[in-house]
Amino acid sequence: MADNKGTALATESTPSPEKSEQFPGDVHWYDLPDDDADPEEEAEPEGPPVSGDTRLRRVIRKVTSLGRRSAAVALLLVVWETFPRLGVVDRVFLPPLSEVVGAWYELALKGELGEHVGASLGRSLAGFALAIVTVIPLGLLIGWYKPVADFLTPLLELFRNTSAVALLPVFTLILGLGETAKITFVLYACAWPILLNTISGVKTVDALLIKSARSMGLGPLRLFQKVILPAAVPTIFTGVRLAGAYSILVLLFAEMVGAKAGLGYLINAAQFNFRIPDMYAGIITISLLGLLFNQLLVTLERRFSTWRIT
Amino acid sequence: MNKITIRGVGKTFQVRGEGRPFAALEGIDLDVRAGEFLTLVGPSGCGKSTLLDLIAGLTTPTSGTLQLDGRAINGPGLDRGVVFQQYALFPWRTAQANIEFGLEAKAVPGKEREERARHFLDLVGLGGFADRYPHELSGGMRQRVAIARSLAFDPEVLLMDEPFAALDAQTRESLQEELLSIWEKTGKTIVFITHGIDEAVYLGQRVAIMTSRPGRIKQIIDVTFDSRAGDLRADPRFGEYRHHIWTLLRDEVAAARRDEVLSVG
Ligand SMILES: Nc1ncnc2c1ncn2[C@@H]1O[C@H](COP(=O)(O)OP(=O)(O)OP(=O)(O)O)[C@@H](O)[C@H]1O
Ligand SMILES: [Mg+2]
Repeated sequence: MADNKGTALATESTPSPEKSEQFPGDVHWYDLPDDDADPEEEAEPEGPPVSGDTRLRRVIRKVTSLGRRSAAVALLLVVWETFPRLGVVDRVFLPPLSEVVGAWYELALKGELGEHVGASLGRSLAGFALAIVTVIPLGLLIGWYKPVADFLTPLLELFRNTSAVALLPVFTLILGLGETAKITFVLYACAWPILLNTISGVKTVDALLIKSARSMGLGPLRLFQKVILPAAVPTIFTGVRLAGAYSILVLLFAEMVGAKAGLGYLINAAQFNFRIPDMYAGIITISLLGLLFNQLLVTLERRFSTWRIT
Repeated sequence: MNKITIRGVGKTFQVRGEGRPFAALEGIDLDVRAGEFLTLVGPSGCGKSTLLDLIAGLTTPTSGTLQLDGRAINGPGLDRGVVFQQYALFPWRTAQANIEFGLEAKAVPGKEREERARHFLDLVGLGGFADRYPHELSGGMRQRVAIARSLAFDPEVLLMDEPFAALDAQTRESLQEELLSIWEKTGKTIVFITHGIDEAVYLGQRVAIMTSRPGRIKQIIDVTFDSRAGDLRADPRFGEYRHHIWTLLRDEVAAARRDEVLSVG
């Protein structure tokens, strides 16, 4: 986190969204490139009817492309299944995949998994939603009114360089072990990508567009509503997508202390009781959940920024 | 009667890292008559766009006064429509919605807005491109959308900054015709910046020539033809005006070059 003494808040214009995505975080798995633009998928010819021959070819191409893209994952799964069986790794600490899947299935059947997923998702979504409704207006205000920005920037710089995880004990101390602390914790972690992107979205609106709107007699309020806001939406949404990933990721930490349910609790408790397959089942679930949520937000983001030239 | 009165207008910019302010315009005196088509030529960087911004009310002069209909200009308004040199279309709006922007600002009701936007899209030859976003249009098409946008909300004064620069010769000529006929029909006052001497003579009733930086009005030439029928460009008078303006500009462009070399070296 020490490498992130950036001053995105203070600088006037930093058009690259990557900059604000460099959030002083802990893990960065979601910074992997989204397969946003898959040329093979998007190059669908629209006009003339496709003859049987080219359709067949397209199916083959799709299958091979899918094969290529999932090869690494398939390889991992094969390694996971065979290495413990061959004794390459200790199967006590890393049980073969089939055992983990079995444990997962059993947890699901007992309804235990659903309970934990429900508890985790509830907290994640609550923190995430609260962050969206409170932080976007704040970011708009900071981006638009210079006095507010001048007043709050030093404070924000300080806090944004303080990891959420470092503050977790404080949240627990003040808000107790209950839901409030956990949701607040998620909210805090989600707030930063949304806040920084909203501010930069507002600040980096093309001055020429503002000039153009002003020339048509728009006052500050309408200017904000008709130019600043729509121009900033894609950048804001990038922040929302990042926050979505955070909401799931960061919750695990909170659930490892003093929780009675949730995937973080499941993983922690399973490890503690040496139910190793259950632990892996929990880990797999959280990965899939994160993947799914991120995919959903990427799709939404794409819909919100069709006009953006990328 | 004067629509726009400009007296002793100067504009300086404070350039980053330089102590002395930078004079873009100095002592501009210019009257634009009501219903006049005035073209403005001058070497690159002489302050033409700066002058247009001042008339639009987007910036304030460092010295001097600007008036519209005898009242001091103290801000932008829908009585003046600007076509910017760099188009300035809203990228999240389609061509149609871009044209409707000014009409929304003017609080024109929805149905009429749509019809007016359609009409002006057709006028600039983009009837089939209503639903395209700016990034899906060519440079010349964007320029035409920008022109349509400024025409659509029907301002009394049109301020156009090289609006036909990105067009091919045929499209340019047909839009020149269109603009002239709109001007004749509506009696709008038009201030039109161009780099083309031919275009300046062809469109303008008067051509104002600016000096190199700091920009001043060097001379204003009345352009009159016995008749505008037939091919105006073949008229011997056309050639004379052209040559005259070319000669005036040549010295200024040379001065501008010298100035650039000096300030770089
Ligand atoms: N905001 C600004 N800050 C500093 N200098 C500026 C600014 N705007 C314009 N200038 C300077 O003022 C001078 C005039 O600029 P302007 O854009 O009006 O020229 P122009 O005549 O329109 O040129 P062109 O024909 O190339 O469009 C230029 O030297 C430019 O560098
Ligand atoms: Mg210019």
